[in-house]
Amino acid sequence: MFRRVLLLVALLGLALGARYHLGTPITEELAAQYDLRPVVLPDGRGLPPGEGRVEEGERIYAEKCASCHGARGEGYPFNRLVAEPFPITPDTEPVEYAIGNYWQYATTLYDYIRRAMPFGAAGTLTNEEVYHLVAFLLYMNGITDADTPINQKTLPQVQMPARELLQLDPETKRRFPWLTLP
Amino acid sequence: MDRRKFFRLLGAGGLLSLLKARAQGAPWTEKTFETLTPLGAPLSEYGTRSPFEEGVVRYISPNLRTRHSGADFAPLEKLEGVITPNGLHFERHHSGVPQVDPEAYRLVIHGMVERPLVFTLEDLKRFPSVTRTYFIECAGNGQNGYRNPPDPGLTATRSRGLASNASWTGVPLALLLKEAGVKPEAKWLIPEGMDAAMYTRSLPLEKAMEDVLVAYAQNGEALRPEQGYPVRLVVPGWEGSIQVKWLRRILVTDLPAMAKDETSEYTDVMADGQVLAFTWVMEPQSIITYPSGLQRIKPGFHEIRGLAWSGFGRITKVEISFDEGKTWRKATLEAPVERYAFVRFKMPWYWKGEEVVLWSRAWDEKGNTQPTREEFFKRWGKNNRYHYNAIQAWRILPDGQVVNGDRPLGAQVSGPAGGCGGEVFDV
Repeated sequence: MFRRVLLLVALLGLALGARYHLGTPITEELAAQYDLRPVVLPDGRGLPPGEGRVEEGERIYAEKCASCHGARGEGYPFNRLVAEPFPITPDTEPVEYAIGNYWQYATTLYDYIRRAMPFGAAGTLTNEEVYHLVAFLLYMNGITDADTPINQKTLPQVQMPARELLQLDPETKRRFPWLTLP
Repeated sequence: MDRRKFFRLLGAGGLLSLLKARAQGAPWTEKTFETLTPLGAPLSEYGTRSPFEEGVVRYISPNLRTRHSGADFAPLEKLEGVITPNGLHFERHHSGVPQVDPEAYRLVIHGMVERPLVFTLEDLKRFPSVTRTYFIECAGNGQNGYRNPPDPGLTATRSRGLASNASWTGVPLALLLKEAGVKPEAKWLIPEGMDAAMYTRSLPLEKAMEDVLVAYAQNGEALRPEQGYPVRLVVPGWEGSIQVKWLRRILVTDLPAMAKDETSEYTDVMADGQVLAFTWVMEPQSIITYPSGLQRIKPGFHEIRGLAWSGFGRITKVEISFDEGKTWRKATLEAPVERYAFVRFKMPWYWKGEEVVLWSRAWDEKGNTQPTREEFFKRWGKNNRYHYNAIQAWRILPDGQVVNGDRPLGAQVSGPAGGCGGEVFDV
């Protein structure tokens, strides 16, 4: 009888999602230390304090980005970054896809530059330098004015022209009816 | 002929057989017998393929501007069966292949969880394990199909080689998430790689709870570095770019990141001008690997062979057409036919030497099949970079030479369209 009760308890435990007790619990503070280049979400979570200025961005761009993306972001040898602030059409060639005509979320700029750039020296930019570069690139693409401050509050509010083209894949919509694009 | 050879042949079979052999052109050479006396190679701790097979390699496009970001192609027409050997599995990475020390390796799960956890590789291996065969296919596979007019020198490798198939062993991600205790408001996971790009994507929690693997082995041995050693995600049926390699962290959250590689790349430009986000599921594909582009065949018997797969599930049927789609014949599927895995299809065929165009199309258990090029471009934009799955045609010329049989699409000229393989000027 006792055995049977034990078995029942064990089964109940499994049903309630029993754990293997593998892995080591850590505090949120420790997790934050491990989180070297935090994810920036479209609502701005993950953005650090600080503010970007276009002139500062221009200086950093010339030094650290222009050799790959062109003196004015026109591209070559690597991706073009600067375009007119009008969404692409089906006739736009992929080499013309850039921030102003294709990128749909301004927060992606911060996340990606801090995460992966410059190519070959990722993670060497300070949070402040990333803000400056984002301010410069948004300005160069005609999306913001030269004096628009770029920070935690303003960046998620920046509307990207290509956002109006972006739709959820119909198959994804069918499988995940709750899913919407930010 | 020297005297020694003459006497050896005399001893081996007599003068008559010598004369016979000369008359036919010898059916073998002296080299055929050369291993029969000396000792072969000794035991070795790690086996490698024959030096005569060293030409079977991944295809790296000469157009790539760097080899530290981009993709290379599995040599599909040089492989048999369905398993891609580990050294030939296609590669795709964004900042080079990191060399990760398994002792130093950690995986952190945090964010909207009851208990943030850190796992060592040993921890992960102690969980109940699962081994499954799954294809992984780059969303950019088929990128050469965007060329118009089509590239006459296309091979099966350059047509569909950004796909590979392996037996993956790992722990179901659902078990790790359960261990950490996902909070009810969580809907998304943001997995992150430990490459210099700290590559991230957004993955819906639902898919993770269904069948995603945190894999540490590939075809029975540890993952290859270019496949994410020591640990990667395997997301069955979905585009390769969401299957984050060198997995170091999973952020559990309530919004997708809209990361660079799910917005400025890996989004699809449609013919009507819309741009589709989260095009995760890979459509059905098939490719005839024999006979295929740049091969040459002789009249007589041939077994047509190819590979088919679909991100929607099991392949139910592969058909071959010899008349550009007017009539279709069912190919044989070689068992086992598994979900989200390559299947080998075959058809016996006698070639009389006439010019002919071969088509193949795969059907999956959800009733999906492959479009013709013309049908494909009604829906997808001509300047899209991903998800090309139109039927690949091979034209056999009367001299046996096989060339790309795809039809040009009107007067429109598109350069290489764009995509990770560098067949296209874009990284």
